[in-house]
Amino acid sequence: MSGIMSNIPMEAYLIVSTVMFFAGVYGFLSRRNMLTILMSLELMLNAADINFVVFNRYLYPGQLDGTFFALFAIGISAAETALAIAIIINIYRNLKNIYIDEVSKMKY
Amino acid sequence: MMTYTTLTIVALPALMFLFLGLLGGKFKPAVAGIIGTLGLTIVAALSYMTAFQYFFQVGKVDGVYQQLTALNVNWLTLTDKLHIDLGILLDPISVLMLVVVSTVSLMVHIYSMGYMKGERGFQRYYAILSLFTFSMLGLVVATNIFQMYIFWELVGVSSYLLIGFYYTKPSAVAASKKAFIVTRFADLFFLIGILLLSFYSGTFSFVELNDPNGSVLGQPITATFMGASVLSWAMILIFMGGAGKSAMMPFHIWLPDAMEGPTPVSALIHAATMVVAGVYLVARLFPLYAFGAPEVLTIISYVGAITALFAAVVACTQTDIKRVLAFSTISQIAYMITAMGVSGYGGHEGLGYMASMFHLTTHAFFKALLFLGAGAVIHAVHSNEMKDMGGLRKYLPITHITFLIACLSIAGIPPFSGFFSKDEILVAAFEHDKLIFAVLYLTAGLTAFYMFRLYYRIFWGENDKQYHHTPHEAPLNMTFPLMFLAALTVVFGFVPFGSFVTADRLPYEGHIQWPIASMSILVGVVGILIATVMYRKSNDKPDRVAATVKGLYKASFNKFWFDEGWLFVTKQILFKRVSAPIAWFDRHIIDGFMNLLASVTSSVSHRIKGIQSGELQDYAWAFYMGTMVIVVLVILL
Repeated sequence: MSGIMSNIPMEAYLIVSTVMFFAGVYGFLSRRNMLTILMSLELMLNAADINFVVFNRYLYPGQLDGTFFALFAIGISAAETALAIAIIINIYRNLKNIYIDEVSKMKY
Repeated sequence: MMTYTTLTIVALPALMFLFLGLLGGKFKPAVAGIIGTLGLTIVAALSYMTAFQYFFQVGKVDGVYQQLTALNVNWLTLTDKLHIDLGILLDPISVLMLVVVSTVSLMVHIYSMGYMKGERGFQRYYAILSLFTFSMLGLVVATNIFQMYIFWELVGVSSYLLIGFYYTKPSAVAASKKAFIVTRFADLFFLIGILLLSFYSGTFSFVELNDPNGSVLGQPITATFMGASVLSWAMILIFMGGAGKSAMMPFHIWLPDAMEGPTPVSALIHAATMVVAGVYLVARLFPLYAFGAPEVLTIISYVGAITALFAAVVACTQTDIKRVLAFSTISQIAYMITAMGVSGYGGHEGLGYMASMFHLTTHAFFKALLFLGAGAVIHAVHSNEMKDMGGLRKYLPITHITFLIACLSIAGIPPFSGFFSKDEILVAAFEHDKLIFAVLYLTAGLTAFYMFRLYYRIFWGENDKQYHHTPHEAPLNMTFPLMFLAALTVVFGFVPFGSFVTADRLPYEGHIQWPIASMSILVGVVGILIATVMYRKSNDKPDRVAATVKGLYKASFNKFWFDEGWLFVTKQILFKRVSAPIAWFDRHIIDGFMNLLASVTSSVSHRIKGIQSGELQDYAWAFYMGTMVIVVLVILL
């Protein structure tokens, strides 16, 4: 722990990640465009990743578990994004738009 | 050696049933008939052999007839103590019944080849006859009460199938259903009795149940129910089963209707064998009745006496000749039942038991003869009604003579067999209970009267009656059984029956008691004379007599409205007052509750299905808000 990093308190990181998370929640609930929703989802995931790294760093400095969790989460979210985009492309081919409220007919 | 002989006796008819039932249609009718008859001939021959061996060679040890278990297979083991066996028990009554059943069955098989000739379903008829013979033989050799119950139901079902043989005729179908339901209803009590008895005694086996020092009689059951011991209740319930099969009042209503079946079937099942199963049942469990529940025997004797008189009165006014014989059968079986009821266990006391089995045997022969003779008459004039008959003695000489022999026998005229057995019953009744004796004595007179009324109306009466076709004597395969049974009727009375079959299985030498015997001959002759005066030539005397005792005549003609009584009980009381409310309760309350549950579920789901909008963001909102609530709760609490 040295340099500028050590002067930044943990709460600052947590505030950033909280803001990111709720921005994601807001975007997820309010946007119609599925791509935007996907981006909001990524925001939430990344906020969680930040938390992993930060808690690992501040609470258990000698270990790397949290960091690895974050790396895994990034890898998985990449795969999931690819899948989501594939779905969105297919929806576009069928509906000629990618608005989330148009997809409600999927319930049947 | 007797194991295989007796096993063949029972198994062969079963094989015949399967063979004829499955493959009978492939043969010509006559071939199927001959196969069935040949099978029965073997069975009868083996039965005679068994009887000879048992009574004269192996059965008697130190002067007592033994109960030999020729075969016992453990069929179902429920617990160590409770197991259901199938087997063959040989003792005087079962060997006697083997002979009676196979003889009458053989005669009916031969007779049916002539009587049923050209009927549709001839092969099926023989197959079911075999099934019946198998069931009846299995019933009489049963080693335990449960095996007896199994075969008891089997004879019931074969009786049902044979009554409904002409299944395109609605009255036959109704009669077969009636027979099955009434006897089945009585069998319910039989089953409850069996369960009660075996629950307290821990055994089904007849040998153990009847052992005077065994688990039942040695240590009497002390449990009581409504003032009577449980053993008495069990024995009453078992007797009710027997009363159903033996057509005792008030379960007799099925037997007259059962005459819808072919006449040889009536001779075999509804006169000679199946209907005496109730008597056999009481005889089989006789030590239990005599030592364990003597008060039940008193009930039995009164039920029998009342039924005997009632059926004899009804028989006097019926016009269908088979129905006259049916009521006569009820009356005669009631005689046997009464004799069981007035009997004690051993020696002279046990005269009733011996007389009952004796009468069972002689009755089987002469009543089968009467039915087969009636069949020959029906065969000749194509009608059951007395008004279509008269003067037939010219056309049917053999039938006439054999029928007359049977009538004399049932009327108790010596030297025919019925005289001997009936006399023993009257003696036993006289020594036990004068009231019962009086009833039986009156019945004996009535019996002679109605049998000779039947005889004169068929063979005398309108001597110059014109027939569309001249009636002709039946073929030899029908007259041979008549002559054979007539010969048995003539000679069987001289068999020293008491030295073979008694309650304690010790030989007993009975003597004809002439005071009572001459009284019984007298009443028989009086009955015959009255019938002669009234019916020998057609005249208006019967109508005048009927007009004098109009009420009684009407009651008797309508069988004392027993059928109507049962219909009232079932339709008006059971169906309307009990079943209908229960059905209503089931349909409206039980089903209603379930329907309410279903409709509430359906309407609630109908209301709330809007929540499932398919809008992804609505779901996300719900999820988000739910999470928030949980988080807030966790923080606050």
